[in-house]
Amino acid sequence: MFAYIIKRLIYAIPIALSVTVVSFVLVYLAPGDPLNAIAPADAPEEVIVALKSAYGLDKPVPVQYGLWLLRAVQGDLGTSIASGRAVTAEVLSAVSNTLLLAGMAALGGVLIGCILGALAGYRHGTWIDRVATVISVIGVSIPHYWLGLVLTIVFSIWLPWFPAMGAGPGGSSEWLWDVEHLRHLVLPALTLSVIPMGIITRTVRALVADMLEQEFVTALRARGLSGVAVFRHIAKNTAPTVLAVAGLQIGYLMGGSILVETVFAWPGTGFLLNTAIFQRDIPLLQGTILVLCMFFVVLNLLVDILQPLIDPRMGRG
Amino acid sequence: MSASLELSLPAASVAAPAPQPSRSYWLVVWRQLRRDPMALAAGGVLLLIVGAAVFAPWLAPADPYKASMIKRLLPIGSPGFLLGTDELGRDMLSRLMHGGRLSLLMGVVPVLAAFGIGTTIGLLAGYIGGKVNMVIMRVLDVFYAFPSVLLAVAISGALGPGMSNSLLALTLVFVPQVVRVAESVTTQVRQLDYIEAARMSGASAFSIIRVHVLGNVLGPVFVYATGLLSVSMILASGLSFLGLGVKPPEPEWGLMLNTLRSAIYVNPWIAALPGALIFVTSIAFNLLADSVRSAMDIRR
Amino acid sequence: MKQTLTSPSPVQDRGGPAQPLLVVRDLKKHFAVRGGPLERSKKFVHAVDGVSFSVPKGKTLGIVGESGCGKSTTARLIARLMAADSGSMVFDGEGVEEFGGIRLKEFRRNLQMVFQDSFASLNPRLTIAETIAYGPRVHGMPAAEAMRQAQALLARVGLEPAQFASRYPHELSGGQRQRVNIARALAFDPRLVILDEAVAALDKSVQAQVLNLLQELKAERQLTYLFISHDLHVVHYISDYVMVMYLGQVVETGPVERIYGQAAHPYTRALLSAVPSMDPDNRTQASPLAGDPPNPINPPSGCRFRDRCPHAHPVCAAKTPALIGLPGEPAHQAACHLNDPASGHPAALMEIQP
Repeated sequence: MFAYIIKRLIYAIPIALSVTVVSFVLVYLAPGDPLNAIAPADAPEEVIVALKSAYGLDKPVPVQYGLWLLRAVQGDLGTSIASGRAVTAEVLSAVSNTLLLAGMAALGGVLIGCILGALAGYRHGTWIDRVATVISVIGVSIPHYWLGLVLTIVFSIWLPWFPAMGAGPGGSSEWLWDVEHLRHLVLPALTLSVIPMGIITRTVRALVADMLEQEFVTALRARGLSGVAVFRHIAKNTAPTVLAVAGLQIGYLMGGSILVETVFAWPGTGFLLNTAIFQRDIPLLQGTILVLCMFFVVLNLLVDILQPLIDPRMGRG
Repeated sequence: MSASLELSLPAASVAAPAPQPSRSYWLVVWRQLRRDPMALAAGGVLLLIVGAAVFAPWLAPADPYKASMIKRLLPIGSPGFLLGTDELGRDMLSRLMHGGRLSLLMGVVPVLAAFGIGTTIGLLAGYIGGKVNMVIMRVLDVFYAFPSVLLAVAISGALGPGMSNSLLALTLVFVPQVVRVAESVTTQVRQLDYIEAARMSGASAFSIIRVHVLGNVLGPVFVYATGLLSVSMILASGLSFLGLGVKPPEPEWGLMLNTLRSAIYVNPWIAALPGALIFVTSIAFNLLADSVRSAMDIRR
Repeated sequence: MKQTLTSPSPVQDRGGPAQPLLVVRDLKKHFAVRGGPLERSKKFVHAVDGVSFSVPKGKTLGIVGESGCGKSTTARLIARLMAADSGSMVFDGEGVEEFGGIRLKEFRRNLQMVFQDSFASLNPRLTIAETIAYGPRVHGMPAAEAMRQAQALLARVGLEPAQFASRYPHELSGGQRQRVNIARALAFDPRLVILDEAVAALDKSVQAQVLNLLQELKAERQLTYLFISHDLHVVHYISDYVMVMYLGQVVETGPVERIYGQAAHPYTRALLSAVPSMDPDNRTQASPLAGDPPNPINPPSGCRFRDRCPHAHPVCAAKTPALIGLPGEPAHQAACHLNDPASGHPAALMEIQP
């Protein structure tokens, strides 16, 4: 088991490194001189030269990458052009907001998905199964940015229950655990939770229905085991797969939040990315993507490590 | 393949051991789909949407670009404007019909491109195997370290807004996924005895791939690609919604959703219309993909 | 190209009837087994370890042995579907792909193979006529002619072309599919056909029909068969010579009646005694094989069978027995110290004269 974890960790290193490469290369994808990414367009010649040597842009590209990586590892992702603040600080505050939103959405989505899927699997072919199927199809087909808009119309305009914009009163971007802030969280989290809900419902439904047809469940029932005991067996056997799917989905949530954050003006990474792209703030873009992807890599790693720990087949091996 | 049809038609009821009608795989799948009510419904909806989009220049009641300051945000059912008008007073119905052209194009083209490119790479990687396969698959693993929305936003964000850039970004998002499917199916097919039999006949690798591998790999990859259509629709319109795709004043559902956002306080129904169309198209693609999957699941 | 294809035999008989059609010398194939991440040394499975034999023209050589003994690997090595680590092959007096010998492409046309899994060996997307015509078309035969030939071949293997030519593999029964595979193999007019467990998956009655078809075709087209099977009855029925393999090596080989009547190797005897005989008087009380074959990654030293052999003696661990002819029967060879008076085995030679 320990060897397996070490192996996984080692395997994650090249992936993490290549993520940094892609993030770095993004700057070169951007049209024009990468210098435009750091210098204002109207900067005088001597400022440009100074900036060039300061950022090592006069050196060959691999060296530049090395220098950039070195700074990134030390927590220096450069300076935002738009705000003039350190990218690291901006990204971290935004990431915490995004993680809050994604975490809540994941919690809700996975929970609802599991319950709905399990019910549908248990009552295979009944009305609840059909409802769950419809919900899961809608869940995977709905453009969540549109769902956000519809929810705003219903729960913010028609029924003034929840605020439509921002993370707190008065456009505050500092998160606090109070009622006012939580009310701001409801609509975006609900919107986002639809992303994992559809897939999880579908997965759990298929797994449970499949499991119930298997002989060992029949055998358990024949031995007179109660419904609870059978359920425990099923839960134990479906958990690893559900965890793997949920892990992936949480990753997608971090991506999907970009769109939903735009709808609700949520001060997270999506909002930051939007600013970065339209103000051509390349260091900010680069930094945000790097941090988000690192989270994704770590998440995948965690799922990979956790999965065998809860898998009854691998646990003993 | 056509010979099989001619053979089966005439003498069917003459002799006692009547020859069964022989049907090629794709023909069976097609017939299966035609019997599936879900596939028919989804296909019908898609046909309607695609038809309205393709023939928009002839069918649309008004010029989708013609703005009018005094007719802004007219409600649905206004005289002369069946679905009302948008924030610049343009006819919504016409804009939605025209918008389907770009939205469908941007949703379908990346999947088609990824299907072609991904199948080719996956086929080669799977057939060659060994180190070449390993290198290709490890490189593609990197793309898996990015959530797809993030990757699409990152690439088109770095390239700059624009239609071709977002097409490129979406294609790059889907290629690795298609390669993975094509590679794994090819690896399975490659080990089957009929490939060895073909090698025994001294056929070139190219001929074996064309005749024996491709036909058997295409099915599963096709199923996977149809499943991507819905994702692609949502992502493509999403990029336009973020302002990364189509630029105003072009009609496109995602972009319309964005520009109409401010109208939710005035006329929420109008604001929700373009998104509803993305939703309907995406659901139809998903249901059709499900039907295609089960139709192609016949064991053979 | 077309000329040679339609002629009855692409490579004319060169050495005359006495020349063996195929001679295989010291064929070896080791598969590397991946160790754990912390293990340095690579391990190898000795799938085929120094196999030598020859197949006389117009005869059938049956290869028997338990699963995993290397018989199918041997077939794939001969067919060059897999590269051998070492060893050489001589086809009708000419080396295969060496110093002016015959080229691989030409060799392969002279050698065809029929596989065990009749379904996996047919492309599900092609009609059976297309499958049969594929090989000749690759070699440049015009489509119409290839299809005509395919129809004729179908008729020859007992499948009415009008009824079957345009069917797909899933529309056929297992026996019918195996007939198609045979027809495909014949499309090249090969001289040697390798039948790798070709009837193993068929029902007994269908098996008999296919075996009879194979016998007819052999006589009609002067074919030579390499018949690989774990079914000793079938091998007895169809073979002229039999070769017994154990853990990648040949332990005994000889004319079929000698092997089935006077087997010289304890392993062969164990194998044969494991088969229920139809004749009650002929039933042996000898113990069938005990245990599983040893791990092919680390085969025992000396004789590989010694762990399961009732006659094992320390000399069996020390010395590897050579495959040598029996006294007075040079065609019947066995690799056992019991048959070698000079081996030092205390029971040597006494054992073979019951």
